[in-house]
Amino acid sequence: MSVTKYESQLREPLVMGNKTYGQVTQDIVHTIEAKPTRLWYIGFYVSVALLMFGVYSVYREVVYGIGQWNLNRTIGWGWDITNFVWWVGIGHAGTLISAILLLFRQGWRTGVNRAAEAMTIFAVMCAGQFPIFHMGRVWMAFFTLPYPNTRGPLWPNFNSPLLWDVFAISTYFTVSLLFWYSGLLPDFATIRDRAKTKLRKRLYGMASFGWSGSTKHWQRHESLSLILAGLSTPLVLSVHTIVSFDFATSVVPGWHTTIFPPYFVAGAIFSGFAMVQTLMLILRKVMNLQDYITLGHIEAMNKVIVLTGSIVGCAYLTELFMAWYSQVPFEQDIFFKYRIAGPYGWSYWLMMTCNVISPQLFWFRKLRRSVLFTFIMSIVVNIGMWFERFVIIVSSLYRDYLPSSWSIYYRPTIWEVGFYLGTFGLFFTCFFLFAKYFPVIAIAEIKYVLKTTGEGFKNDMSTLENKQVDDFIHEVHGDHHAEGSVKVAHH
Amino acid sequence: MALKKFVVGCFEDEKVLFPAVAKVRKAGYKFHDIYTPFPVHGLDKAMGLRDTSIHTAGFLFGMIGTTTAVTFMTWVFTKDWPLNIGGKPNFAFPAWIPITFELTVLCAAVGMVLTFLYICQLAPFLKRHHFHPRATDDLFVMVIECTEKMNEEELKSFLGSVGAQEINTQVAEEGWWIGKYDEEQELYKEPNIA
Repeated sequence: MSVTKYESQLREPLVMGNKTYGQVTQDIVHTIEAKPTRLWYIGFYVSVALLMFGVYSVYREVVYGIGQWNLNRTIGWGWDITNFVWWVGIGHAGTLISAILLLFRQGWRTGVNRAAEAMTIFAVMCAGQFPIFHMGRVWMAFFTLPYPNTRGPLWPNFNSPLLWDVFAISTYFTVSLLFWYSGLLPDFATIRDRAKTKLRKRLYGMASFGWSGSTKHWQRHESLSLILAGLSTPLVLSVHTIVSFDFATSVVPGWHTTIFPPYFVAGAIFSGFAMVQTLMLILRKVMNLQDYITLGHIEAMNKVIVLTGSIVGCAYLTELFMAWYSQVPFEQDIFFKYRIAGPYGWSYWLMMTCNVISPQLFWFRKLRRSVLFTFIMSIVVNIGMWFERFVIIVSSLYRDYLPSSWSIYYRPTIWEVGFYLGTFGLFFTCFFLFAKYFPVIAIAEIKYVLKTTGEGFKNDMSTLENKQVDDFIHEVHGDHHAEGSVKVAHH
Repeated sequence: MALKKFVVGCFEDEKVLFPAVAKVRKAGYKFHDIYTPFPVHGLDKAMGLRDTSIHTAGFLFGMIGTTTAVTFMTWVFTKDWPLNIGGKPNFAFPAWIPITFELTVLCAAVGMVLTFLYICQLAPFLKRHHFHPRATDDLFVMVIECTEKMNEEELKSFLGSVGAQEINTQVAEEGWWIGKYDEEQELYKEPNIA
């Protein structure tokens, strides 16, 4: 439409193929309108089975108490808190993609933001289970809320990072959900207006809140998205900062460091992007979305992975340096005797290999653009990031100040593992439902960038490259007077 | 709420839509609305709509969150139940920053989304008349209210001359009502416009 929309030929197209608006709708919505495939049913039932196992594991924990887990003194935080931090970390990429990249005007976010935000919401749901059930007496969980009670009223301790967590995680979940759903309204309306069956028309009609596509509504919607993005950007940074405060404000050697907030946030983005890659590579293959999630998208995310992986690596080395530089014997022992060596040394080196060394391969463009390599790396990174949290938690706790309370080895019970597997079940059950019944790509946003970054439209733009400036100005002004608008590449 | 008569013109390309919007305004017609499948930048300006001030609502809700958090925590820890936590001051403002921040964001976001839904009149179970099913797919649907003073045929041919592909007249309710999308509903027993 206007000259300002011209985009350099050097940038890769974000939508491949010469698509029209109608084709975009068709490509994204047709899987919702078709019957689920066998593969979908298999995946869905496996997820539900995992979820059921998780529910049973949690049931045992609720009925018999925390003793069902192998936590001991001094390892009072084990797999549960490791899993909590891991899931919360994964939950960071969605908001990063949808909010920070929106503020930075990164066009490639449109292809992946919807699914990444869904991933965020499901991951935060999984994360929340762990601290709640770690309370032991889960029926008392509402004690964390500041409500007028008969005990004084005795209020929760607002100075405690664990309470900050309650506020941070619940705010993060709510805001992500609102952001996600407000973006879904127009796309639900698209499905509603195409629907052939009565049930689909009724359900999507309900879900779309009667969205009509009015210009005034779009104007407010745009403003709303932008401000929600502006709010989510500091929010996403605050959430993992507060999670890191759970550790950093304690006096446990190996936790008591000021580098934790930035280091945790970088780690969260790192693992979150890895999970987005895992899910996206499967989605684009199974649902034939190669035109919308292109190699360019994958490469862009791999660049974020190599950047954040390097920041995380830098933080690991800083921690080691500070332990030595502080000259505190407890700090030095934790890092040099019990973390990089000792019974848990293997987990430290596994973490180092997966998080710091292997992502460096992404400096090669060929590898960044290789689907198979990216897929393998995304799994490797997530394993590495799980072990990062495990290393931080367990290797700081198993040998602290008192040698009499050292515990040599901590092994999870089947119910601890079952709880973790159960959250995988929850996550993938939700994700399978999402992939089948929700538009996995933001249809309206793709249409919005289609005319500037779609492959077909970019090719039209190339005529501009060969045009003389004078001719161009003349043409633009001529058009402007004639029709009240600016025409570009209309020859 | 009443039934009104609208003339609907559909455009397939925003390159045609923008000049058409300018011409329609110049000719003195008032838009009922233009329905688009995605946010078309500049269309609000072209139609002469004023800017939205929803961000002001966001700011006000955020301030409500900030003040609630700060005053509540101050009251709890200095007035209602002062706790001695490691001999630290009761008014521990730095330690309250995280919760204050979270509550600010929470109130701003929730308040703004509710404001958005309210001013756009969007909610589950609400139904509207949609002028063209492809308005959420690939058509730009321009709707102009046809009052008794206006000549319908003239307006239709004018829309055709500015590039509208599909032109028709619809008698419809302009607001929302509670209804289901899978059922056709007769809103009025005796339509007052023939």
